[in-house]
Amino acid sequence: MTTSSTNLAPALEALLGASRIFSDPAARAVYTVDGITPPIVAKPATAEEVAEIVRFAALERLSLIPCGARTKLRIGMPPSRYDVALDMTALNQIVHYDPGDLTLAAGAGMPIAKLNATLFEHHQFLPLLVPWYSRSTIGGTLASGIDSPLCQFYGTPRDFLIGAEFVTGSGAITKSGGRVVKNVTGYDLHKLLIGSLGTLAVITCLNFRTFPAPLAGSRGFVASFSNAEGAIALRRAIAQSPLTPLTLDIVSPGLAQIFATQTPATPEIAVFPGENRDVGSSSLPPIGDWFHPGEWHLCAAFAGIPEVLDRYKRDLSRLAGESGAISTAILDDTTRPAVWGRLRETLSILLESSPIISIFKLSVLPSHHATLFSNLEEIANRASLAHLFLARAGGTIYFALLPPTANDETAGRFAEASTQIFESLSAVGGDTALLFAPTSLKPRVNTWGSWRSDLALMRRLKSAFDPANVFAPGRFAQIPISPPTPS
Amino acid sequence: MNSGLVREFEKLLGPSSVLYRPEDLLLYEYDGSVVKGRPDLVVFPDSSEEVSRIVRLAAGYNIPIVGRGAGTGLSGGALARTGGVMLVFARMNRILALDMENQRAVVQPGVVNYELTRAAEPYGLYFAPDPSSWKSCTIGGNVAENAGGPHTLAYGVTTNHVTALQLVLPDGEIVRLGGPHGDTPGYDLTGLLVGSEGTLALVTEITVKLSRKPEAVKTLLAIFDSVDDAADTVVDITARAITPAACEMLDGWTLRAVEDYIHAGFPMDSGAVLLIEVEGLAETVAAQASAISDVCTAHHAREVRVARDNAERDLLWKGRKNAFGALGRLAPSNYVLDGVIPRSKLPQALRRIRQIGDQYGFQIGNIFHAGDGNLHPIVLYDPRDAAQFQRALEASAEIIRYCVEVGGALTGEHGVGMEKSELMPLLFSDADFDLMRRVHDAFNPDASLNPGKIFPLSKGCGEIRVRPQSSSRPGAA
Ligand SMILES: Cc1cc2nc3c(=O)[nH]c(=O)nc-3n(C[C@H](O)[C@H](O)[C@H](O)COP(=O)(O)OP(=O)(O)OC[C@H]3O[C@@H](n4cnc5c(N)ncnc54)[C@H](O)[C@@H]3O)c2cc1C
Repeated sequence: MTTSSTNLAPALEALLGASRIFSDPAARAVYTVDGITPPIVAKPATAEEVAEIVRFAALERLSLIPCGARTKLRIGMPPSRYDVALDMTALNQIVHYDPGDLTLAAGAGMPIAKLNATLFEHHQFLPLLVPWYSRSTIGGTLASGIDSPLCQFYGTPRDFLIGAEFVTGSGAITKSGGRVVKNVTGYDLHKLLIGSLGTLAVITCLNFRTFPAPLAGSRGFVASFSNAEGAIALRRAIAQSPLTPLTLDIVSPGLAQIFATQTPATPEIAVFPGENRDVGSSSLPPIGDWFHPGEWHLCAAFAGIPEVLDRYKRDLSRLAGESGAISTAILDDTTRPAVWGRLRETLSILLESSPIISIFKLSVLPSHHATLFSNLEEIANRASLAHLFLARAGGTIYFALLPPTANDETAGRFAEASTQIFESLSAVGGDTALLFAPTSLKPRVNTWGSWRSDLALMRRLKSAFDPANVFAPGRFAQIPISPPTPS
Repeated sequence: MNSGLVREFEKLLGPSSVLYRPEDLLLYEYDGSVVKGRPDLVVFPDSSEEVSRIVRLAAGYNIPIVGRGAGTGLSGGALARTGGVMLVFARMNRILALDMENQRAVVQPGVVNYELTRAAEPYGLYFAPDPSSWKSCTIGGNVAENAGGPHTLAYGVTTNHVTALQLVLPDGEIVRLGGPHGDTPGYDLTGLLVGSEGTLALVTEITVKLSRKPEAVKTLLAIFDSVDDAADTVVDITARAITPAACEMLDGWTLRAVEDYIHAGFPMDSGAVLLIEVEGLAETVAAQASAISDVCTAHHAREVRVARDNAERDLLWKGRKNAFGALGRLAPSNYVLDGVIPRSKLPQALRRIRQIGDQYGFQIGNIFHAGDGNLHPIVLYDPRDAAQFQRALEASAEIIRYCVEVGGALTGEHGVGMEKSELMPLLFSDADFDLMRRVHDAFNPDASLNPGKIFPLSKGCGEIRVRPQSSSRPGAA
């Protein structure tokens, strides 16, 4: 007894009112995921409205994809069905903020940049400097599992999300955690939402602990090297020193080339209090002459009182010298945003640079980086594909392959290279996910690689949250359910 | 337990790994809490595979199972509420790997918290979660309870330091979650398992992050004439966004008991002290210590002492970490509560606790993780006096209700266990319970693993299959 898509609009309008339901093609087009445009877009304004739509969808066997600013909707496998786009951007209020307790609750559709603008008034912030920063919502960012360069110091949302409210696939408004910084009451269900790509529940409200914002006088540091070994050696020396930089990333020569030559379309905005840059007003300043195409770069950021800044400058320069750096630079308030902005926007810059770029997220312990860097280079060269990457000190690598054109032949080379990437990661105990790829390439690769022993548990959790498979069906990893049989 | 079953377990594990005589079981009917529950059989597995075999055997007979580390838990988590087989992880106490470059360790669940830090120390590393019970509690127990400690204020609780787990599910299947790196694609099952109080699976191997020891440490003892001033100081330090590594409070009554016993140097005539530690670069530590000192002075601290050397620092911490033991000398038993509130509400919460104490006729002491708003009111009572024990329970429920009223939660680190399961509806709706139960059932469908914990046994939650509460006799000592 499903409602046909022509009757869908009136039915949903009856729930939310006509002004919150969109069915004309132009309005719907921007909600397209992997080539599928939903027949209807619904824009609820409250958790209750979300619950009503979900209950309706469960009853009518419709499939929903929740979204925020739609900047990271491309992550994941193509949906097997997509009837309604659930635009969450109207849930954009700060629900609770206790600056004295450094705790916050805000609607899932709240843009991070806007939220941080409020927190800055109290010299606090949420350390989520993620790509598409000016537009990204907190809900979409959390569900995408995308990290920020600041995770080096502040960790990922797993470390500072303290509670959530969400609507399950049965249309129940549910919560876990709370608004206090330390809490072990009940299961930490909100942690499951991180990186869940909208497949478990619709996030309606998120509770975070906030952090004192670094001062506007924070600094950047860039050292360049003729080879990867030097950059890795410096990174190791910093990791083993008493220094605790805010960010610590290695930029491959290919990425340095892009940084030096391209400016992201994403507007640049203030990321710290005291920076006089308005939302949407300007674009990233051009990168200075510290990025040399063909060289490896190690980028760090640090903050603190003047004595601390001096200490960092001294120690970093000394360690860089000992690691054979070709050049080093300390970036101040005027030069820092050019580099920080690019590090933050790496994914958006890469996706703007080519419609057929594919980006993997590799999770591996940092001691494997040296071997892995050369393996990855070899794999890319063998497939005659350009490659570049950003490697975080914690071990995560964003690795991009750039086919020159999109056709069957390059797709074949890409698929082969992908398989080899998955294999070389599992050989060192790492994990791989294909984050971004042209829709045509996705079916040729398992976005999560090989079988894992916890996959059955993940599927059981998906059914616990979403028994009728309402949310984003098919987008969750397509991995064979049984272990490979030994040949 | 029938003798045929005992023999089966002995055949599986050898007689030295099975306890079943009532006098041997006695020790296992307690943990650190005020409740009790006796297992029918206690077994000591030596490996994940053995755990899996035990679980399969028990499942065949439909017997409940419960895991246990050191039994220091304070919410009755490690008690066999409905009888059955208890798996004690004491023999699975090996550190399997120490990876200094990547700052990781792989341990079996029975490794004692402090032993890991001791093993990592020569390399300048340590395991950050440091519950006051760190010299006896196990890392398996820390994972199950998501334990905190004085220094988790700055460095995060157990969950922030766990990257991978090996589990044995209630049907005996062995599964791996997460990875050494910590950011694995897919749902964060590791994050779900940490803090699930042994109700989803048995944890048989744990990969943790090790932290690097800071270059400089300063330990401050701020001495106040009143609890209010000390509490205002904590509020102000938090509001100024100064994050010390630790910020602990002892009220006057508690510190006198501690001082009598440990001689840590707490002034006997003070109203409260704050034990505050700052860590990091030498430059940061100097600046933070002086900022904190200024805040203390602004709130009428009588004196702010800085520990001169490691010996003095260790002594101050000994006073903090052994405080519960010291209080044990004042009454036959003490009930350590665990509530959490927004830090901005600290002064009023401490006043309310005093009122509740007056109302129920208890002197309630406070020694707690003030920096994270994690209260530990301590009620002294005599377990032989059933009426008094009942009043202690009522007073504590009232304190916990207050925590919820001001925006807090039921427990900050000790867990719900069987102590607070009936209070859960203060925070959670039927819809919340329904989802928690579905998640529970995705791992533990027959509720054979640690039944009777977390979920309220009272009305509305009948679906959680809990056997009658026959062996649970709270307070009947
Ligand atoms: C004096 C004192 C001070 C304390 N201070 C603190 C403190 O500062 N911070 C804090 O957080 N806690 C504190 N506690 C509480 C307690 O020490 C912690 O909860 C600790 O983590 C429990 O560890 P354990 O090994 O004793 O676990 P147990 O008490 O044996 O078990 C606790 C729970 O873990 C489960 N469990 C144990 N091992 C496994 C396993 N391998 N797999 C699955 N489940 C398992 C049990 O079933 C039970 O539910 C204190 C306790 C005392 C007595």
